[in-house]
Amino acid sequence: MTQVAFAPDVFTWPAAEPRLLGGRCPACQAVMFPRKPSCPRCGNPDIAEHLLPRRGVLVAWTIQGFLPKAPYAGGETEETFRPFGVGLVQLGDEVRVEARLTEADPEKLTFGMELELVVVPFRTDADGTEIMIHAFAPASPEISDQAELAE
Amino acid sequence: MYDVAIVGVGIHPFGRFGAKSAIEMGAQAVRSALADAGASWPQVQFAFGGSNEVDNPDAVVSLLGLTGIPFMDVYNGCATAGTALELTADAIRYGKYELGVAVGMDKHLPGAFTADPEYYSAPSWYGAAGQFLTTKFFGIKINRYMHDHGISHQTLAKVVAKSLRNGVLNPNAFRRRPMDEQSILDARMLNYPLTQYMFCSPDEGAAAVVLCRADLAHRYTSTPIFLRASALRTRRYGAYEVHSSWAAVEEDKAPTVYASQAAYEIAGIGPEDVGVIQLQDTDAGAEIIHMAENGFCADGEQEKLLAEGATEIGGRLPVNTDGGLIANGEPIGASGLRQVHELVLQLRGQAGERQVPGNPRVGYAQLYGAPGTAAVSILTT
Ligand SMILES: [Zn+2]
Repeated sequence: MTQVAFAPDVFTWPAAEPRLLGGRCPACQAVMFPRKPSCPRCGNPDIAEHLLPRRGVLVAWTIQGFLPKAPYAGGETEETFRPFGVGLVQLGDEVRVEARLTEADPEKLTFGMELELVVVPFRTDADGTEIMIHAFAPASPEISDQAELAE
Repeated sequence: MYDVAIVGVGIHPFGRFGAKSAIEMGAQAVRSALADAGASWPQVQFAFGGSNEVDNPDAVVSLLGLTGIPFMDVYNGCATAGTALELTADAIRYGKYELGVAVGMDKHLPGAFTADPEYYSAPSWYGAAGQFLTTKFFGIKINRYMHDHGISHQTLAKVVAKSLRNGVLNPNAFRRRPMDEQSILDARMLNYPLTQYMFCSPDEGAAAVVLCRADLAHRYTSTPIFLRASALRTRRYGAYEVHSSWAAVEEDKAPTVYASQAAYEIAGIGPEDVGVIQLQDTDAGAEIIHMAENGFCADGEQEKLLAEGATEIGGRLPVNTDGGLIANGEPIGASGLRQVHELVLQLRGQAGERQVPGNPRVGYAQLYGAPGTAAVSILTT
């Protein structure tokens, strides 16, 4: 089955250990996600591409409990939609990124829990192409094993 | 510089009004504000109009009279009405005009707002991923705040129950039926920890204010209310705000904190002097957080204050006495002038069943919205 990233230039793909494609300002060292045309801190217009750390901790989160309107491209209907988690995740001491979480149960999400970037199915198109999206999953040994197997 | 007085306020009810246009509602709000001031449209020297859905709020002149006055249109997200008010006041403050109108109007479709993420400097995939939602941001922000400062789910429900009770007393409100706290908590979870009834709804309506050079206010009213300060601030590096795909590790304070501090300083007034408060309650959590961001309590103190009923009309810190956004909904362009309308009634002692006891002398209004913009106004008798 063909797997395609849901948008270009968001994460490295295909990759056994995908990374988010951020930016770093050479002038003030600010790290951002995604790379912006200029620096939000100092205005410098030359931003270098910067791969973000894969692991992080959960700073804050919610559960998206209803089907978002367009431009949402998950392809679900009101009937097939399943709530998903969204978190603000701090990657090392570099930056905090807002992204989907693989866990959608409030009981299983804790502030400060360790997370790891994964790329998961987002929707399947009519021709069978699987559209993939980045998300953060609990950084358990099980997940690391899977990553190693994929290599 | 001249002082500025509010000599008239008017409102078109908030809710849903079928085929009636936003422009018609705007014209009705201006007529009502002019009647309140005992002034007529030809006396008005200039105006600022704010709207999200209407490209040209100045089109109200075709319903009020084509007098040829300068009429400037503004848009600043949820802070639009704060901008219209500030610019109208400043034009009088600097001596350019003596009498002007600020008006806001809107007519939104039901359901959460949607737009192109790139208009907010967010990447286009942010919308495709299902993250371009204001409700998601508010869920994330209050969830962390509750964890850090010991705020309970019950307290979120108390905010909504209070606002709906106040809405019952407000004939211009959209939602006028009370709800018990348990039903609010048991409702469908939209963005954890916020349930369906903990969010305001985009709706329709208009509000207008007539502003005048303070030394001339006696021509129009015996109870002028003075606009002592208005301040607008955008987000700083380090603030995690609506429609951000990322934030810096070093946290900065929300733009509301900076707008609030600036307004207190300009007015020479502190939070302890304020007798009636209007806060942006896009959701119940926002009202809780904004109580602290505007200096009315310490972080976490809200749990006790709400349990004591401090934010009720008869409490020590009356918040959103007209039901706020939760009971009125949010026609974006009009929302901030609805806040001012309520404060003026309260400071004049004309708020009827909703009147805050003890003759409040200082009113405070705060707006906050995407992509991280806050406005604060301070009014006094
Ligand atoms: Zn920089």
